[in-house]
Amino acid sequence: MKAIVNIYLKEGVLDPQGKAIHHALDAMNFQGVKDVRMGKQIILQLDSESKEAALAEVTKMAEDILANTVIEDYSIEIV
Amino acid sequence: MKNVAVLQFPGTNCDYDTRYAFEKLGCTVTIIWHKATQLPEKTDLVVVPGGFSYGDYLRSGAIAQFSPIMEAVKVYAQNGGKVLGICNGFQILTESGLLPGALKRNIGLHFISKYQTLKVVNNDNEFLQNCNKDEVLNIPIAHADGNYYIDEEGFKALEENGQILLRYCNEHGEPIVVNGSVTSIAGVCNREKNVFGLMPHPERAMECILGSTDGVKMLEGLIA
Repeated sequence: MKAIVNIYLKEGVLDPQGKAIHHALDAMNFQGVKDVRMGKQIILQLDSESKEAALAEVTKMAEDILANTVIEDYSIEIV
Repeated sequence: MKNVAVLQFPGTNCDYDTRYAFEKLGCTVTIIWHKATQLPEKTDLVVVPGGFSYGDYLRSGAIAQFSPIMEAVKVYAQNGGKVLGICNGFQILTESGLLPGALKRNIGLHFISKYQTLKVVNNDNEFLQNCNKDEVLNIPIAHADGNYYIDEEGFKALEENGQILLRYCNEHGEPIVVNGSVTSIAGVCNREKNVFGLMPHPERAMECILGSTDGVKMLEGLIA
């Protein structure tokens, strides 16, 4: 089983890297980009018995270390 | 003579500078490897020094917070022990929940390394007791992730409890944007005022030949 954790800065928390990418896209004449947010993706290989168990385990990981919930949100996909 | 414990993680690089600074002030300094599970029995101050613990992987300070020694530091702080986090040490203390807020990538994305003027916001704490309120200090900064963030509610609490220690400012003491920090905050302490964190490096401002001695009165406050 595989868990894909996407981590990104919360709405309302300024994302300096996303902003820099946005500037670069503008400078390269890519038009119509309204906003850029940059995050990270962590892929975990698990030997969990069920999707539910995997989700519970990875949620704990995300809360404890993978994300800093003061500034970041996360989403988890079990595949 | 005061006993200072300076923590050392893989990637810490200000440990020996920090030891030098406190030895210069007459302290006995012990460097504590992160795998230790206990602090020396008679520890008057714990310093989490600057550097790039665990290569700043995941987030600055994120992995170091789970090193064995940090459990001991948490207990030490909960019992009223004094803890100072400088730069990466500040990041480790926010990640471990010993200090409020978080440190994000600098607003301009650059690693900033220079002398920086700082305004003393509150001096009713041991760390800044030798400084005057509104005094302008000159201390080096060297960081890529110093952009202090805290939500509105948290910010209010910081202000009400006098937990804001320092702000980046110009030579006249007016706040300026250096790295994007909320209201230019450069350092904070916890509500109990025994855990302190700041991005600037007081241990690098100990001698005239290095350009400033303003670090002396900061560090002296903690070992008075």
